[in-house]
Amino acid sequence: MLSLTDHVLSAESYTVRLFLALLHLPYNKIAADAYPGGEIVPVLRDGQTVLRDPGLILAHLSRSYDSAGSWLPAADAADVARWLAIAATDLAVLSEARRVAVLGAKGNLAVLNQKGRAALRTLDDHLAMRRLKGKDWMVGDGPTIADLAVFPHVMLSHDSGLGHEDYPAINLWQRRLRRLDGFTGMPGIPDYF
Amino acid sequence: MSVEAAALDQWYTLGALRDFPQGESRRRLLGTDLAISHIGDRFSVGDLPVRTDYGHLWTSLGTPRPLFDIPEVHEADRRRVYCGAVTVRASGLRLIENFLDLAHFPYVHSDVLGVEERPEVARYEVEQRRDVDELWATKCEFFQPRAAASAEGGQISQYMYRVVTPFNVMLYKTPPTAPNRWDMVALFVQPVEPDLSIAHPYMLVIDDSSTEAELVGFQQMIFLQDKIVLENQRPRLLPLQPGRETPTRADLSSVLYRRWLKEKQLRYGVEEPAAFA
Repeated sequence: MLSLTDHVLSAESYTVRLFLALLHLPYNKIAADAYPGGEIVPVLRDGQTVLRDPGLILAHLSRSYDSAGSWLPAADAADVARWLAIAATDLAVLSEARRVAVLGAKGNLAVLNQKGRAALRTLDDHLAMRRLKGKDWMVGDGPTIADLAVFPHVMLSHDSGLGHEDYPAINLWQRRLRRLDGFTGMPGIPDYF
Repeated sequence: MSVEAAALDQWYTLGALRDFPQGESRRRLLGTDLAISHIGDRFSVGDLPVRTDYGHLWTSLGTPRPLFDIPEVHEADRRRVYCGAVTVRASGLRLIENFLDLAHFPYVHSDVLGVEERPEVARYEVEQRRDVDELWATKCEFFQPRAAASAEGGQISQYMYRVVTPFNVMLYKTPPTAPNRWDMVALFVQPVEPDLSIAHPYMLVIDDSSTEAELVGFQQMIFLQDKIVLENQRPRLLPLQPGRETPTRADLSSVLYRRWLKEKQLRYGVEEPAAFA
């Protein structure tokens, strides 16, 4: 059985929990002492395979358990990979800001939030352009792991004081994502939008 | 901003002892920056009074009475669990009041500490114990589908609450594993600014089945569910004048808490009445 070393507050852990829920896959959850303890999360164990990178975990789960191939479509693999990379860099700034604002991590919150706003603007513009082409999701024709990799960083930005009032395309997109069968939230992601 | 004696003359935690590195570190309390020195197992905060009880560093900016007692800390079979400090953009008094509230369980902690089908708060008792200057709420009961990290299936949980200072509170609840004893969960609040607080949850529990990370994870999940609500409450500061917020029967402990703060003339984290005169 799949096992996930998990931390309830981690945006990266939530990405994996969300995908497992959307795939309706049972798994064994092991709580890690990521805060205050500093254990690294998430870690996915699938037989002999041990994966620590959220993007690699999403890709592995897609290849192994999504027989329809809709979450990582071959035709859009390069675009998906590009957004996985952005989720791990530009957008991860939002989660870094969250660690500073909520968990007392070292860092300059004002600078991180400024970068975070720029990342949200880029994402909002991308989603708005996609809508002009009649597309609801970040890549391709349906939801992919690109959407899932981005979603937690964006949705948890409230924790560092960044609201979504200025990002209407993000708002519409996140509402679509919440309606997916099997969707699960996490503390800090408001239920009321 | 000048801080009133009622707030200065209290003990406040600055964090768990183990979170202070050797040497100098800095914390902020009641709008004042503090330099903490940790050398060997000795702590000092300038020339302020210092205590190291309950695994936490305590100080005061005024002349406090003796630090409150937590007798459960001496019971050998209890596990001491530090849940990690969490910063919340809200008045510390709002944090304490939320901690005292049973009625939000089914809605904020749905399917964990309550279910929407059973929202009723049974009648409970509150009292101000004048001899020790503490507030107590007793005989509280609530149906909980998952009362603690070790819970399997629902139970009617018994609760007691004990407010020892305006910014320090603890609750006692029946643990799923030892129904004849009480788990203790404390919430020590470090008011940084009137509307910015650091919460230091600390547990003394009877649970030999959950791992440390499971206990911490459970408490953090509950706390983060509260955080988003706390940060969206308006006014940000706690109003004490009647009529600004309307309590119901279930808010008896909150009514007593607010009355007690008023009696103490506490103003830090309290909404200025003048703004609405």
